[in-house]
Amino acid sequence: MSIALITLFSVILIMALLVAAGVFTWVERRGLGFLQERLGPNRVGPFGFLQWVADTVKLLTKEDEVPPGGDAITFRLAPALAAIPVLAGFGVVAFGPNLSLAALDMGVIFILAMLALTVYAMVLGAWASHNRYALLGGLRAAAQMLSYEAFFGLSLMGVVMLAGSLSLGQIVEAQSGVWFFILQPVGCALFLLAGIAAAHRLPFDLQESEQDLVAGFMTEYSGMSFALFFLGEYLAVILVSALAVTLFFGGWLGPVLPGPIWFGLKVGALALAFIWIRAILPRPRYDQLVGFAWKWGLPLALVNLLLTGALVVMIGGRPG
Amino acid sequence: MSWGFAIWAATLALAAAVLSVTRASAVHALLLLLASLLALGAAFFAMSANFAGVIQLLIYAGAVVAVFVFVVMTVDASETAMAHERKLLRSAWRWPALFVGLSVIPILFGIGGGAMDAGAPAAADTRELGLLLFGDWGVATELVALMLIAGMIGVRHLGRSLGPRLRERGRE
Repeated sequence: MSIALITLFSVILIMALLVAAGVFTWVERRGLGFLQERLGPNRVGPFGFLQWVADTVKLLTKEDEVPPGGDAITFRLAPALAAIPVLAGFGVVAFGPNLSLAALDMGVIFILAMLALTVYAMVLGAWASHNRYALLGGLRAAAQMLSYEAFFGLSLMGVVMLAGSLSLGQIVEAQSGVWFFILQPVGCALFLLAGIAAAHRLPFDLQESEQDLVAGFMTEYSGMSFALFFLGEYLAVILVSALAVTLFFGGWLGPVLPGPIWFGLKVGALALAFIWIRAILPRPRYDQLVGFAWKWGLPLALVNLLLTGALVVMIGGRPG
Repeated sequence: MSWGFAIWAATLALAAAVLSVTRASAVHALLLLLASLLALGAAFFAMSANFAGVIQLLIYAGAVVAVFVFVVMTVDASETAMAHERKLLRSAWRWPALFVGLSVIPILFGIGGGAMDAGAPAAADTRELGLLLFGDWGVATELVALMLIAGMIGVRHLGRSLGPRLRERGRE
């Protein structure tokens, strides 16, 4: 691709993602309303669909100030760190056959790295807020990220072994026979668990848990800075869903419809599952969350990796 | 273009690294260290060293957050402590910093002046790298892994639950 084409594709992709994140907030609020037997937003536009536009206008025009005693530069920088790495992560996602911005030969690890960087937004934002609740939230975010990142990466290495590649495109092509969630059920379950934690979603949103920390690391944020944190969170949900679809649910593969449509449909379905999980599960205690990651998540991921490796070698092995 | 971008990113990394050791606030220093590591990752990508770039981002840039936790928990960020730090930065650290700065010159320009003529970057396959690490360099890789296990054993020791007798002693 030429540079002009890449730029055009990037701009279209970013615009589409921003709109998708906006629409996702509406879907989530309506979905939660449905699951909790109430209406949800239903005033602005048909079925309240334009609520996200109204919210964006409101957030753009709200006052956005640094709390007294806070560190102004870091405070302003932190929300950007929530959104930019996730947007960069979409650069390597394979939306269809040969349809990705950069066909990096280790796209999987690149996305993991980008998701790991989002923790800085929380930690720095929390520190710069000069607020105790925020700082507690920030420290929780750091500990949670360190705990879950360890088995987030390990849980998907079984897929990498089966596909024999770290490239997202090649992993999808390796699933033309059977999707990897059938061959890697444990890996898939662990990946989705860690994915919820990596996207900082309920029930693993201990860093902002409003019942005990006001709003955690976001306590002092308002206006567009606040919106950027939310944008990062919703984009992270879409990115984790896209990664899960690529690794375990056959990516763009599917009958009749063109590849990118299948990809979009699968990502949408998985994102809805994130909302569903949010609605039905209570939040665990903080020590339970971290304890689970180290005592169950990591050992299970290692055993899964060991068994997969043994099977791959036994059945014929990959040529060295 | 990619060489130009690599040098630009490397310059950025160097500038951020220098700034990170001259800041009085530990958190600002960490932020700049993070910027430096990210820029270094970008430089690796520009030189087609994708694996090094990704690892730079995931392991190094990703792990600074652990340092951040220690900084927040252990470093005094009050105004008096900062004033003391600024005073130290102005006086005592000047000569050691200059010395380290001098030692960077041969790395930057090469002892024979030829460090930049390493030839066109070659894109290495992940499989080849894996075979190299676990084949020819297998013993070295395993030794490094052992070092990490030592760290894990240390954590296990520090985080153990104390028996009743030890707990009594801890209270005294």
